[in-house]
Amino acid sequence: MATLRAPGGPGGAGESGQVTPVGGPGGGLYLPPPGAGVSGARSVRRMTRAIRSNGKASVGTGMLALFCLVALFPGVIAHDNPSAEIYGRALGPSAQHLLGTTAFGQDIFAQVIYGTRPVLLIALGVGLSATVIAMLIGVAAAYLGGAWDGVLSLITDVLLVIPAFPLLIVIASYLHGASTAVLIAVVTAVSWSYTARQLRAQALSLRNRDFLEAARVRGERSLYIILVEIIPTMTSLLMASFLTNALYAVLFSSGLQFIGLGNPNTVSWGTMLYWAENNEAFQTGQALWIIVPGLCIVALGAAFALLNYAFDEIGNPALRPVKSMRRKRVLPR
Amino acid sequence: MRFVLRRLGFFVLTLWAALTLNFALPRLMPGSPALAIIANHRGALSPSALKVVEAQFGIGHQNIVLQYFSYLGNVARLRFGESLTTQPGVSVGHIVLDAIPWTLGLVGLTTVLAFILGTLIGIVGAWRRGGWLDSIMPPIFVIMTVIPYFWIGLILILVFGVKLHWLPYFFTYDITLTPGFNLAFIGNVLEHAILPAFTLLITTIGTWILTMRNTMITTLAEDYVRMARAKGLPGRRIMLDYAARNAILPNLTGFAMSLGFVVGGAILIELVFNYEGVGWLLLQAVNNDDYPLEQALFLLITAAVLVAILLSDVATAILDPRTRGAR
Repeated sequence: MATLRAPGGPGGAGESGQVTPVGGPGGGLYLPPPGAGVSGARSVRRMTRAIRSNGKASVGTGMLALFCLVALFPGVIAHDNPSAEIYGRALGPSAQHLLGTTAFGQDIFAQVIYGTRPVLLIALGVGLSATVIAMLIGVAAAYLGGAWDGVLSLITDVLLVIPAFPLLIVIASYLHGASTAVLIAVVTAVSWSYTARQLRAQALSLRNRDFLEAARVRGERSLYIILVEIIPTMTSLLMASFLTNALYAVLFSSGLQFIGLGNPNTVSWGTMLYWAENNEAFQTGQALWIIVPGLCIVALGAAFALLNYAFDEIGNPALRPVKSMRRKRVLPR
Repeated sequence: MRFVLRRLGFFVLTLWAALTLNFALPRLMPGSPALAIIANHRGALSPSALKVVEAQFGIGHQNIVLQYFSYLGNVARLRFGESLTTQPGVSVGHIVLDAIPWTLGLVGLTTVLAFILGTLIGIVGAWRRGGWLDSIMPPIFVIMTVIPYFWIGLILILVFGVKLHWLPYFFTYDITLTPGFNLAFIGNVLEHAILPAFTLLITTIGTWILTMRNTMITTLAEDYVRMARAKGLPGRRIMLDYAARNAILPNLTGFAMSLGFVVGGAILIELVFNYEGVGWLLLQAVNNDDYPLEQALFLLITAAVLVAILLSDVATAILDPRTRGAR
């Protein structure tokens, strides 16, 4: 993987020195040679260095950290009760109500701040649970092989091609007002399949490698081999899976809530959009009621996407941005 | 041939899975909400429609295996029953057929347009690596792909509809006009399609650009491209005939797939603009608890995706012989 060269001019971008090197050869997030036994502390240090030297990764991490803080301590930032319908209706922005009030007389700023927690919970919950399910099913299919592989892969493939969002809508329509926990479960159920397929492919490519054979000869149990030998080689794939699933969870759940299939009494960005749209917020001059929750969804989604993109670049140097190829090309070699 | 047969087998299996899901979901849900609502409306249904709905949602006293097989039989004969609430008493097939052309026109044309534009931008971006297009496009479109479609639609409505009054943003056409093949009506339909189409275009084009750019970058590193350069071929020829031609395969298969998502891919955009296509209809059915209509639409959306995947598999096999042996 380290020999992958950036295309374009002779010399390749990787050696040009204009690209911030990510920790030198082997120092980036390249998959370590399987079985090399990278210690936990060192890989965390590498990860930190990689994140800090990649602009996209730093921005993404910063944004995500900010959202986490807001979700943990909403009361510190917003002092109003987000659900209380106690203020004047449809007020414009003012010092008391930074973003104005809703058509029901709730403080929009407080709603945005308190709405962070459910969205973040759904994103992290789905990212984590979808990745774990995908890991179990994907690795089990590859490792067990034979009929097990056939059945598990078939389930994965079938779920993969059934369109996820319509399926979500149909499931949610029977539930009549899905709470945050239910949303996590439902979104996870429709979205783990893509990762499972990727992880199965990765695990398959490892199946006949010597370090696994060595573990088998040593007499290790299957569970030990899967957990200690196979899964650590998939760190970057698992990371990508977590980020992608978290991103889709934000979009899917907000979409469902916007349609009105979430629990309309939860304060979250999607339900805010639902109530705003139903009260014709644009026509009544309450544009901020729609603009701000939407911007928050975009920002949170962007944080996950930037991180994902950055990890891609760290793992595949050919995709890193190239500063001035054209000047390089005319240089004599 | 074996390849095609295997894919066909998978197609049938998945369709069966979707049908079974449709059958199982209303029975698995806590409190069986579908039962109560359908029981309320059973008087409004014609006897034949009642039979169809009974089998699907398990109202009658038949045992579940019999219900399952009569449900499968009904679907095979395209009998989906009648709408309960959206257009009470009208056959579901009828309602769906009315909505399909709108979605095909709006989403279909926009998908084709996004594919062509996105692929071209991707080619040029990768070819001029480090140029302004290459440095601006990817970050912008990474951001664009994380914006919820419906929210972009809402913002466009705010700017071009509510504030500037440039374009209509509600309904498929002006309801005061009588539909017909005359210039005024067609113009009106096009005018109503601009905002939703533009929303769809800017949100979907990013994927095409990024995929094309990234594959193209890999292709540009190949030795045959270097060889073409060494031969002194004109840049445009290397870009299109050598690099792009080999890099376009992922985009082409992606395009075949995305055609399947035309039917159900713009549900929220149709909702925001009240565009009376398949997605809008699905949400109407959901809001009105019109379960027979909802289930038929879900099947239609799934079937469209399955057909497109089948086509894309076959197309890949024809275009790239290397894939035929692979799984």
